[in-house]
Amino acid sequence: MNHEEALILLPAYVDKELSLSEAVNFERHLNSCDECQREYNEQIHVSALIKNNTKYFEATPQFTKRLEADLPADRTKATQQKSPNSFWNLNWVNTWGSGGVITASLLAIVWSTSLFLATPSAQDKLTEELVSSHVRALEVDHLSDVISTDQHTVKPWFNGKLDFSPPVIELASTGFPIEGGRIDYIDGRTIAVIVYRHNKHPINLYIWPSTNKDSDIQRTTRNGYNIVNWTGEGMNYWAISDLDTGKLQEFAKSVRLEVNSNQRS
Amino acid sequence: MNDSTKKQRFQAAVMPHINSAFNLARWLTHGHADAEDIVQEAYLRAFKFFDGFHGEDGRVWLLCIVRNTFYTWYQQNKVQSQHTQFEEELHSSNEESDILDDANPERILIQKDSQRLLQQAMRELPIEFREVMVMRELEDLSYKQIAEIIQIPMGTVMSRLGRGRKQLAAILAVNNGGAK
Ligand SMILES: [Zn+2]
Repeated sequence: MNHEEALILLPAYVDKELSLSEAVNFERHLNSCDECQREYNEQIHVSALIKNNTKYFEATPQFTKRLEADLPADRTKATQQKSPNSFWNLNWVNTWGSGGVITASLLAIVWSTSLFLATPSAQDKLTEELVSSHVRALEVDHLSDVISTDQHTVKPWFNGKLDFSPPVIELASTGFPIEGGRIDYIDGRTIAVIVYRHNKHPINLYIWPSTNKDSDIQRTTRNGYNIVNWTGEGMNYWAISDLDTGKLQEFAKSVRLEVNSNQRS
Repeated sequence: MNDSTKKQRFQAAVMPHINSAFNLARWLTHGHADAEDIVQEAYLRAFKFFDGFHGEDGRVWLLCIVRNTFYTWYQQNKVQSQHTQFEEELHSSNEESDILDDANPERILIQKDSQRLLQQAMRELPIEFREVMVMRELEDLSYKQIAEIIQIPMGTVMSRLGRGRKQLAAILAVNNGGAK
């Protein structure tokens, strides 16, 4: 292991996160390198300082009690229903499969003609990636590369940056003003992101070309975010927000409606 | 799932991690009241989305929601940042008394200053470093768990911890007037 590699792995050695063989290799270098030893001592020192001398803030008993009392009592069941035609729902597949109603090859046909060609895990991975992108954009306060409330500014901005032309829909009159747009790199391709806002809640609308058939709006949740997605007019649409699911669905319906009517006119 | 079972399961899997949730929120917001607001909102969300929880690591699952709730709040409150700064000043004097309450009386005189400096340095640390430090040093979470909460690769957890500790050492050196 050379010095550069050792410096990179140093924090993981401090945190005992290296595998045994990596740790042995690391130590071999550490023993012969003054700079790495200095670095190591500093990391260990700071780590111990924080562990032993900073405050761990505990919730007060009153707050904990209040929180428990505030949990919704008995009416949460209806809020979380799964969409009936979610094809990657494993229970659905298992039910059919285990009942012997359809054979493996039939199952394959069901899969390939399903609205989404992706396997459950690919679907899952995509959801994951989109949610991370949404969170990342919030974190670094970088929702938009082009900031404008005007679709006529946002749309041309994408020109030349993408190999497709995403529909930029004006929805201010229905309570979802455009705030801007950006380009993201997800699932191995560039994707258009149009940023809308409802009151204070940002909505990221991800758009990219699709070869799949048009589909209904699907709902799901991940890490406390609501997600809706659908395919229409040769594009995939995924919207992610902390808005409640009903409002987000309303947003999705408005976008879809406008895209369809633009297409026809 | 029957609702009362849901509540029982929730109480068993998520409620025990309330201190972890509060500690993270408190370190992210710097304010006691703000941290309580975030945790309350996060718990309501967690309960709402509890059907999506399948017995994974309850603490990781909850902290992920706390963190997302925080960033939404942070985004919405940035306009008032000057006001927040003012609030922080007020809070920092309380914080000192927090530490005094907890410390062993004989050692207060020696510890008071260095603890105050350390606490201050942590507060000055950029948020992306502060959160991984809190998760690692105060929650003792593994790289894998932290990676899952923040949704970044484990290699990024490693480098943020390394850089965070370096920055903290630098802030301490400056605030100490160069003395170590
Ligand atoms: Zn070295």
